[in-house]
Amino acid sequence: MNLRLTRRYRFAASHRLHAESLSEQENRRLYGKCNNPYGHGHDYVLDVTVEGPPGASGLVADRAALDGLVRQRVLSRLDHMNLNEDLPEFRTTVPTTENLASLVKKMLLDHWNLPARLARLRISETDRNAFELEIAP
Amino acid sequence: MRITRKAEFSASHVCANPAWSAEENRRVYGPNANPHGHGHNYVLEVTVEGDPHPVTGMVFDLRELKEILNQEVVEPMDHRFLNREVQPFDRIVPTVENIAAEIWRRLEERIKRQHPSVRLTNVRLYETSDLYVDAGGGA
Repeated sequence: MNLRLTRRYRFAASHRLHAESLSEQENRRLYGKCNNPYGHGHDYVLDVTVEGPPGASGLVADRAALDGLVRQRVLSRLDHMNLNEDLPEFRTTVPTTENLASLVKKMLLDHWNLPARLARLRISETDRNAFELEIAP
Repeated sequence: MRITRKAEFSASHVCANPAWSAEENRRVYGPNANPHGHGHNYVLEVTVEGDPHPVTGMVFDLRELKEILNQEVVEPMDHRFLNREVQPFDRIVPTVENIAAEIWRRLEERIKRQHPSVRLTNVRLYETSDLYVDAGGGA
Protein backbone atom coordinates (compact mmCIF):
# COMPACT_ATOMS: atom_id res chain seq x y z
CA MET A 1 0.00 0.00 0.00
CA ASN A 2 1.30 3.50 -0.69
CA LEU A 3 0.14 6.66 1.03
CA ARG A 4 -0.38 10.10 -0.43
CA LEU A 5 -1.26 13.18 1.55
CA THR A 6 -2.99 16.13 -0.10
CA ARG A 7 -3.17 19.60 1.37
CA ARG A 8 -5.35 22.34 -0.10
CA TYR A 9 -4.28 26.01 -0.39
CA ARG A 10 -5.92 29.08 -1.91
CA PHE A 11 -4.66 32.21 -3.60
CA ALA A 12 -6.21 35.08 -5.51
CA ALA A 13 -4.49 36.48 -8.58
CA SER A 14 -5.18 38.32 -11.80
CA HIS A 15 -3.95 37.57 -15.28
CA ARG A 16 -4.44 38.25 -18.96
CA LEU A 17 -4.02 35.57 -21.60
CA HIS A 18 -2.19 37.12 -24.51
CA ALA A 19 0.53 35.58 -26.68
CA GLU A 20 2.92 38.23 -27.99
CA SER A 21 3.73 36.22 -31.10
CA LEU A 22 0.09 36.22 -32.23
CA SER A 23 -1.97 39.06 -33.74
CA GLU A 24 -4.63 40.95 -31.77
CA GLN A 25 -7.29 39.09 -33.75
CA GLU A 26 -5.74 35.69 -33.16
CA ASN A 27 -5.39 36.39 -29.44
CA ARG A 28 -9.03 37.45 -29.26
CA ARG A 29 -10.15 34.35 -31.14
CA LEU A 30 -7.95 31.99 -29.09
CA TYR A 31 -8.45 33.36 -25.58
CA GLY A 32 -11.86 35.11 -25.85
CA LYS A 33 -12.74 37.08 -22.70
CA CYS A 34 -9.47 35.97 -21.09
CA ASN A 35 -7.74 38.31 -23.58
CA ASN A 36 -9.54 41.46 -22.33
CA PRO A 37 -6.78 44.11 -22.15
CA TYR A 38 -6.85 44.97 -18.44
CA GLY A 39 -6.92 41.39 -17.17
CA HIS A 40 -9.21 39.69 -14.66
CA GLY A 41 -8.81 37.51 -11.58
CA HIS A 42 -9.57 34.15 -10.02
CA ASP A 43 -9.63 32.51 -6.62
CA TYR A 44 -7.30 29.65 -7.38
CA VAL A 45 -7.31 26.43 -5.38
CA LEU A 46 -4.01 24.56 -5.20
CA ASP A 47 -3.83 20.93 -4.07
CA VAL A 48 -0.34 19.71 -3.23
CA THR A 49 0.07 15.93 -2.96
CA VAL A 50 3.09 14.28 -1.37
CA GLU A 51 3.90 10.60 -1.15
CA GLY A 52 6.00 8.55 1.22
CA PRO A 53 6.05 6.17 4.17
CA PRO A 54 4.40 7.46 7.38
CA GLY A 55 7.29 6.43 9.68
CA ALA A 56 7.16 6.40 13.47
CA SER A 57 5.14 9.62 13.65
CA GLY A 58 2.43 8.25 11.36
CA LEU A 59 2.78 11.38 9.23
CA VAL A 60 3.66 11.28 5.53
CA ALA A 61 4.66 14.93 5.86
CA ASP A 62 4.96 17.41 8.68
CA ARG A 63 2.00 19.75 8.04
CA ALA A 64 3.82 22.83 9.32
CA ALA A 65 6.88 22.12 7.16
CA LEU A 66 4.74 21.57 4.05
CA ASP A 67 2.62 24.66 4.75
CA GLY A 68 5.75 26.73 5.36
CA LEU A 69 7.36 25.64 2.10
CA VAL A 70 4.20 26.27 0.05
CA ARG A 71 3.61 29.65 1.69
CA GLN A 72 7.19 30.82 1.30
CA ARG A 73 7.85 29.55 -2.22
CA VAL A 74 4.42 29.71 -3.86
CA LEU A 75 1.69 31.63 -2.05
CA SER A 76 3.87 34.61 -1.11
CA ARG A 77 4.72 35.03 -4.80
CA LEU A 78 1.24 34.44 -6.26
CA ASP A 79 -1.37 35.58 -3.75
CA HIS A 80 -2.92 38.96 -4.61
CA MET A 81 -0.54 39.39 -7.51
CA ASN A 82 -0.95 40.22 -11.17
CA LEU A 83 0.67 37.19 -12.77
CA ASN A 84 1.64 39.04 -15.97
CA GLU A 85 3.11 42.08 -14.20
CA ASP A 86 4.47 40.73 -10.92
CA LEU A 87 6.08 37.46 -12.04
CA PRO A 88 9.14 37.66 -14.27
CA GLU A 89 8.43 34.03 -15.26
CA PHE A 90 5.37 35.24 -17.19
CA ARG A 91 7.15 37.96 -19.19
CA THR A 92 7.75 35.44 -21.98
CA THR A 93 5.08 32.81 -21.37
CA VAL A 94 1.30 33.15 -21.09
CA PRO A 95 -0.08 32.69 -17.54
CA THR A 96 -2.52 29.93 -18.44
CA THR A 97 -3.23 27.59 -15.55
CA GLU A 98 -1.25 24.91 -17.43
CA ASN A 99 1.84 27.15 -17.34
CA LEU A 100 1.05 28.18 -13.78
CA ALA A 101 1.02 24.52 -12.68
CA SER A 102 4.46 24.00 -14.27
CA LEU A 103 5.76 27.13 -12.52
CA VAL A 104 4.42 25.99 -9.14
CA LYS A 105 6.15 22.65 -9.70
CA LYS A 106 9.45 24.46 -10.31
CA MET A 107 8.94 26.81 -7.35
CA LEU A 108 8.50 23.82 -5.07
CA LEU A 109 11.08 21.41 -6.50
CA ASP A 110 13.84 24.06 -6.55
CA HIS A 111 13.53 24.31 -2.76
CA TRP A 112 12.07 20.92 -1.79
CA ASN A 113 13.32 19.91 1.66
CA LEU A 114 10.77 17.35 2.86
CA PRO A 115 11.48 13.63 3.18
CA ALA A 116 8.23 12.86 1.29
CA ARG A 117 8.21 13.16 -2.49
CA LEU A 118 6.14 15.73 -4.41
CA ALA A 119 3.72 13.48 -6.33
CA ARG A 120 1.00 15.69 -7.84
CA LEU A 121 -0.21 19.27 -8.21
CA ARG A 122 -3.76 20.25 -9.03
CA ILE A 123 -4.91 23.81 -9.63
CA SER A 124 -8.52 24.90 -10.05
CA GLU A 125 -9.01 28.28 -11.66
CA THR A 126 -12.74 28.18 -10.95
CA ASP A 127 -14.79 25.32 -9.55
CA ARG A 128 -15.60 24.29 -13.11
CA ASN A 129 -12.07 23.55 -14.25
CA ALA A 130 -8.96 21.88 -12.87
CA PHE A 131 -5.44 21.26 -14.13
CA GLU A 132 -3.53 18.30 -12.80
CA LEU A 133 0.17 17.55 -13.04
CA GLU A 134 1.44 14.11 -12.01
CA ILE A 135 5.11 14.23 -11.04
CA ALA A 136 7.16 11.13 -11.87
CA PRO A 137 9.37 9.69 -9.10
CA MET B 1 -14.43 0.15 -14.54
CA ARG B 2 -14.10 1.93 -11.22
CA ILE B 3 -16.87 2.83 -8.82
CA THR B 4 -16.65 5.02 -5.74
CA ARG B 5 -18.83 5.00 -2.66
CA LYS B 6 -18.79 7.64 0.05
CA ALA B 7 -19.35 7.31 3.81
CA GLU B 8 -18.92 9.61 6.80
CA PHE B 9 -18.02 9.15 10.43
CA SER B 10 -17.22 11.50 13.28
CA ALA B 11 -14.57 10.56 15.79
CA SER B 12 -12.10 12.00 18.26
CA HIS B 13 -8.41 11.28 18.55
CA VAL B 14 -5.11 12.30 20.12
CA CYS B 15 -1.96 12.23 18.02
CA ALA B 16 0.90 11.43 20.35
CA ASN B 17 3.52 8.72 20.37
CA PRO B 18 3.67 7.30 23.93
CA ALA B 19 7.40 6.62 23.50
CA TRP B 20 8.07 10.36 23.18
CA SER B 21 8.00 13.21 25.71
CA ALA B 22 5.11 15.69 25.85
CA GLU B 23 7.40 18.36 24.36
CA GLU B 24 8.42 16.09 21.48
CA ASN B 25 4.79 15.20 20.75
CA ARG B 26 3.83 18.87 20.81
CA ARG B 27 6.65 19.68 18.38
CA VAL B 28 5.63 16.89 15.96
CA TYR B 29 1.83 17.04 16.17
CA GLY B 30 1.09 20.58 17.43
CA PRO B 31 -2.42 20.95 18.92
CA ASN B 32 -3.26 17.45 17.64
CA ALA B 33 -1.31 16.20 20.68
CA ASN B 34 -3.65 17.86 23.21
CA PRO B 35 -4.10 15.06 25.76
CA HIS B 36 -7.88 14.92 26.00
CA GLY B 37 -8.43 14.69 22.25
CA HIS B 38 -10.46 16.56 19.68
CA GLY B 39 -12.69 15.48 16.81
CA HIS B 40 -13.25 15.55 13.09
CA ASN B 41 -16.01 14.72 10.62
CA TYR B 42 -14.16 12.23 8.47
CA VAL B 43 -15.31 11.68 4.90
CA LEU B 44 -14.37 8.40 3.27
CA GLU B 45 -14.38 7.66 -0.47
CA VAL B 46 -13.74 4.06 -1.41
CA THR B 47 -12.98 3.06 -5.00
CA VAL B 48 -13.21 -0.48 -6.35
CA GLU B 49 -12.44 -1.77 -9.82
CA GLY B 50 -13.83 -4.65 -11.82
CA ASP B 51 -15.83 -5.65 -14.88
CA PRO B 52 -19.59 -5.12 -14.93
CA HIS B 53 -21.40 -8.47 -14.55
CA PRO B 54 -22.86 -9.52 -17.93
CA VAL B 55 -26.35 -10.02 -16.47
CA THR B 56 -26.68 -7.43 -13.68
CA GLY B 57 -24.54 -4.77 -15.37
CA MET B 58 -22.95 -4.00 -12.01
CA VAL B 59 -19.31 -4.09 -10.91
CA PHE B 60 -20.35 -4.43 -7.28
CA ASP B 61 -23.78 -4.06 -5.75
CA LEU B 62 -23.48 -0.63 -4.09
CA ARG B 63 -25.82 -1.70 -1.29
CA GLU B 64 -23.39 -4.49 -0.49
CA LEU B 65 -20.43 -2.09 -0.57
CA LYS B 66 -22.35 0.29 1.69
CA GLU B 67 -22.96 -2.57 4.13
CA ILE B 68 -19.26 -3.51 4.13
CA LEU B 69 -18.30 0.13 4.82
CA ASN B 70 -20.83 0.23 7.64
CA GLN B 71 -19.59 -2.95 9.26
CA GLU B 72 -15.85 -2.39 8.84
CA VAL B 73 -15.61 1.37 9.33
CA VAL B 74 -18.70 3.38 10.26
CA GLU B 75 -20.10 1.18 13.03
CA PRO B 76 -16.77 0.61 14.78
CA MET B 77 -15.46 4.18 14.38
CA ASP B 78 -18.42 6.59 14.31
CA HIS B 79 -18.77 8.65 17.50
CA ARG B 80 -15.80 6.91 19.12
CA PHE B 81 -12.57 8.04 20.71
CA LEU B 82 -10.24 6.20 18.34
CA ASN B 83 -7.28 5.87 20.74
CA ARG B 84 -9.38 4.20 23.41
CA GLU B 85 -12.11 2.38 21.55
CA VAL B 86 -10.83 1.27 18.15
CA GLN B 87 -7.96 -1.13 17.57
CA PRO B 88 -5.13 -0.81 16.56
CA PHE B 89 -5.15 2.86 17.65
CA ASP B 90 -4.46 1.85 21.22
CA ARG B 91 -0.96 1.08 19.85
CA ILE B 92 -0.69 3.10 16.61
CA VAL B 93 -1.03 6.89 16.44
CA PRO B 94 -4.38 7.66 14.72
CA THR B 95 -3.06 10.18 12.21
CA VAL B 96 -5.23 10.49 9.11
CA GLU B 97 -2.49 8.51 7.31
CA ASN B 98 -2.72 5.62 9.77
CA ILE B 99 -6.53 5.66 9.84
CA ALA B 100 -6.64 5.51 6.01
CA ALA B 101 -4.11 2.65 6.03
CA GLU B 102 -6.15 0.73 8.63
CA ILE B 103 -9.35 1.22 6.58
CA TRP B 104 -7.47 -0.04 3.51
CA ARG B 105 -6.41 -3.20 5.39
CA ARG B 106 -9.92 -3.87 6.71
CA LEU B 107 -11.59 -3.37 3.33
CA GLU B 108 -9.02 -5.08 1.14
CA GLU B 109 -9.28 -8.33 3.03
CA ARG B 110 -13.06 -8.24 3.28
CA ILE B 111 -13.63 -7.38 -0.40
CA LYS B 112 -11.15 -10.02 -1.56
CA ARG B 113 -12.99 -12.61 0.51
CA GLN B 114 -16.48 -11.58 -0.50
CA HIS B 115 -15.86 -10.61 -4.15
CA PRO B 116 -12.67 -12.14 -5.58
CA SER B 117 -13.33 -10.54 -8.98
CA VAL B 118 -13.36 -6.99 -7.56
CA ARG B 119 -10.23 -5.10 -6.55
CA LEU B 120 -9.97 -2.28 -4.03
CA THR B 121 -7.99 0.50 -5.77
CA ASN B 122 -8.19 3.53 -3.48
CA VAL B 123 -9.24 4.66 -0.03
CA ARG B 124 -9.47 8.43 0.29
CA LEU B 125 -10.01 9.82 3.77
CA TYR B 126 -10.69 13.52 4.32
CA GLU B 127 -9.88 14.77 7.81
CA THR B 128 -10.95 18.29 6.84
CA SER B 129 -11.94 19.71 3.46
CA ASP B 130 -8.33 20.93 3.09
CA LEU B 131 -6.52 17.73 4.08
CA TYR B 132 -6.92 14.19 2.85
CA VAL B 133 -4.95 10.98 2.40
CA ASP B 134 -5.13 8.42 -0.39
CA ALA B 135 -4.18 4.86 0.49
CA GLY B 136 -3.67 3.06 -2.80
CA GLY B 137 -2.53 -0.27 -4.10
CA GLY B 138 0.79 0.93 -5.54
CA ALA B 139 4.34 0.22 -4.38
